[in-house]
Amino acid sequence: MGFSGLMVLLCWVLVGIWGLRPGIDLNGGTEWQMTFAKSDVTEAAVQQTLQSAAVVSGEVSVKQSNDGSFIVRLPNLTNDEHQKYFDVLKQKFGDITEKNYSSIGPAIGSELKTKAMWAIVLVLIGISLFIAWAFRKVSEPVKSWKYGIVTLITLVHDVSIPAGLLALLGYWKGIEIDTNFIVALLVVMGFSVHDTIVVFDRIRENLTLNRGRKFDLGDIIRFSVKETFTRSVNTSLTLILVLVVLLAFGPPSLFYFILTILVGTIFGTYSSIFVASPLLYLWQRR
Amino acid sequence: MVSKKRLVAILIFLVALSAIAAVFDYEPLWHKINSGGSWNLGLDLAGGSLLTYQVDLSKVNSADQDSVVTGLRDVIERRVNLFGVSEPRVYTENAAGTTRLVVELAGIRDVNQAIKEIGATPFLDFREVVPTASTTTAGNAGIKNSASSTIEFIPTTLNGRYIIGAQLNLNSVTREPEVAIQFNDEGGKIFADLTTNNIGKPLAIFLDNELIEMPTVKEAITGGKAQISGNFTIDSARQLVERFNAGALPAPVTLVNQETISPDFGKEALDRAIFAGFLGLAIVILFMIFYYRQLGIFAAFALLMYTALTLAIFKILPVTMTLSGIAGFILSIGMAVDANILVFERTKEELKKGLSHYSAIEEGFRRAWTSIRDSNISTLITAAVLYYFTSSFVRGFALTLFIGVLVSMFSAITITRTMLRIFIGQDKEMKK
Repeated sequence: MGFSGLMVLLCWVLVGIWGLRPGIDLNGGTEWQMTFAKSDVTEAAVQQTLQSAAVVSGEVSVKQSNDGSFIVRLPNLTNDEHQKYFDVLKQKFGDITEKNYSSIGPAIGSELKTKAMWAIVLVLIGISLFIAWAFRKVSEPVKSWKYGIVTLITLVHDVSIPAGLLALLGYWKGIEIDTNFIVALLVVMGFSVHDTIVVFDRIRENLTLNRGRKFDLGDIIRFSVKETFTRSVNTSLTLILVLVVLLAFGPPSLFYFILTILVGTIFGTYSSIFVASPLLYLWQRR
Repeated sequence: MVSKKRLVAILIFLVALSAIAAVFDYEPLWHKINSGGSWNLGLDLAGGSLLTYQVDLSKVNSADQDSVVTGLRDVIERRVNLFGVSEPRVYTENAAGTTRLVVELAGIRDVNQAIKEIGATPFLDFREVVPTASTTTAGNAGIKNSASSTIEFIPTTLNGRYIIGAQLNLNSVTREPEVAIQFNDEGGKIFADLTTNNIGKPLAIFLDNELIEMPTVKEAITGGKAQISGNFTIDSARQLVERFNAGALPAPVTLVNQETISPDFGKEALDRAIFAGFLGLAIVILFMIFYYRQLGIFAAFALLMYTALTLAIFKILPVTMTLSGIAGFILSIGMAVDANILVFERTKEELKKGLSHYSAIEEGFRRAWTSIRDSNISTLITAAVLYYFTSSFVRGFALTLFIGVLVSMFSAITITRTMLRIFIGQDKEMKK
């Protein structure tokens, strides 16, 4: 458990220092993906052309991706401004094919940020409350709301790790977070609680079985974890297999989304076994 | 104990249903039977544009706001329909006290043209009618488009700028719906002139250069208030009121968000996603068979049937399939098998304790059910929150996840359990 605590701390530090890089749908801006008919176009040339055109003020960034297309970042554009930039590029470099164009106003961006925060909070609270309710009948010796709180802490742990990873990737490779990332976090929360439920369920059953007898809570918990170990691992394994396949063969636009879920699921399983139960025990012992 | 015959009947029914579903899902096959019924693909797969317009309601008082927005929506929808886009969608979105109009144009070729057309505020104007023999009769009947091609119109200076508002009234005598218009002072004067010059003649009302009404002027109107009557149904009168309000009270729209995806990009993503989906399905099946042997084969069948049935449900509802929607479905495949795993593990446990096959299965299901139910509910909570909070692209994900989880619960209880009961539940005991 100490290891987990350390990891969580580390991730929070990473997020604190480097921050998470918001993508355009959280910050507003334009993302434009295009390919040129000519093959000798360079990143620098495109950047230069756009910057000197100066239709709007603000940062221009151009990156070339593996498949030869260019991804251009600009501030939020009106349609006329979009057209102007397009004409300038066409004039300089010849035929262009627009693969993708997204221009998002800042108001919408900040709205999404707020919504995202709310969504995360709601899911955290919702699931924790649900667990507390679902385990209401086994109040001795562990009060049902404790199950809920422990779940909450576990979930926060599960979500911190992918966040830390994305902060790392953001710093290192310039990867940004968008609404998909928020969705991935929510999904991780929804899934990782599965294993936690399986273990808690077994603890509950064993507690009920041993009602009226003298028992050591620690033993029961350890026992329950051992019994449910295989099924916890297997259920997560099937999901992980699917995720790995998606990662390797699925559409590239979903890559970081899937990666976030994958990392979250792996650590989620780990947390259900090695964090949730010990936490329950330690808390009860006080 | 449920009779074996009945169990087999249930199983056969489920298998047949799944087989039909599979044919339904697989388009090349299905289209041979029925030319309709295609998959509803979202913008990010079919290609197209999503435009979000902010509506400036600052000059509209709150009582009229709904009417203006509805009017705007209708006008914009009509304009969008002109582009020949299949199934364009125009809807309002209310967020944080602002109203927005979202326009979804799937498969559009030239989005710039669309943006230009949509952005213009709807324009309302009045025109005089050149008197010919046919116009008087046409005017009396209030006929619209069919007659307009043969009629000549003279534009006037009176247009929507001068209208303060419009209202739907019921005539106190005839109980017929009427539209009452209020002009401002300037407009009132122009209108007085117009009506004085055109008594007994029709006056044409155009919205965006399209003739919408041609009522006959009965008398000169100087009070700046006009009553249009004749041949209205409640609906057509209400529609006219909305249009007047939309054209009259300019509620300018500004483009705040634009997302365009080319169809090739979408198709490429779709192909990869489908491939990954099938591969994932295959790997999960292999794993189950490898680890759980015979039981795994049942799980494999249950999974295949689950896939066919869920896809069919998506197609029937219909659910608009976006890229993340497909991802959600693929994830739910990875999870659908969880219920089976929980049951199998529990059943193995009970068998070890010495229960008969039949009882072990029943116990396995009974005990595992609470875990299955609770963990699926937590995913449902997540999916519900996602659905409520996010954009149309992500809603696809939330929806497919939600439906996928529900169907997987059903498939675990019925499909897997029926198969187990039939093939495992009764052997040792019956052989006595």
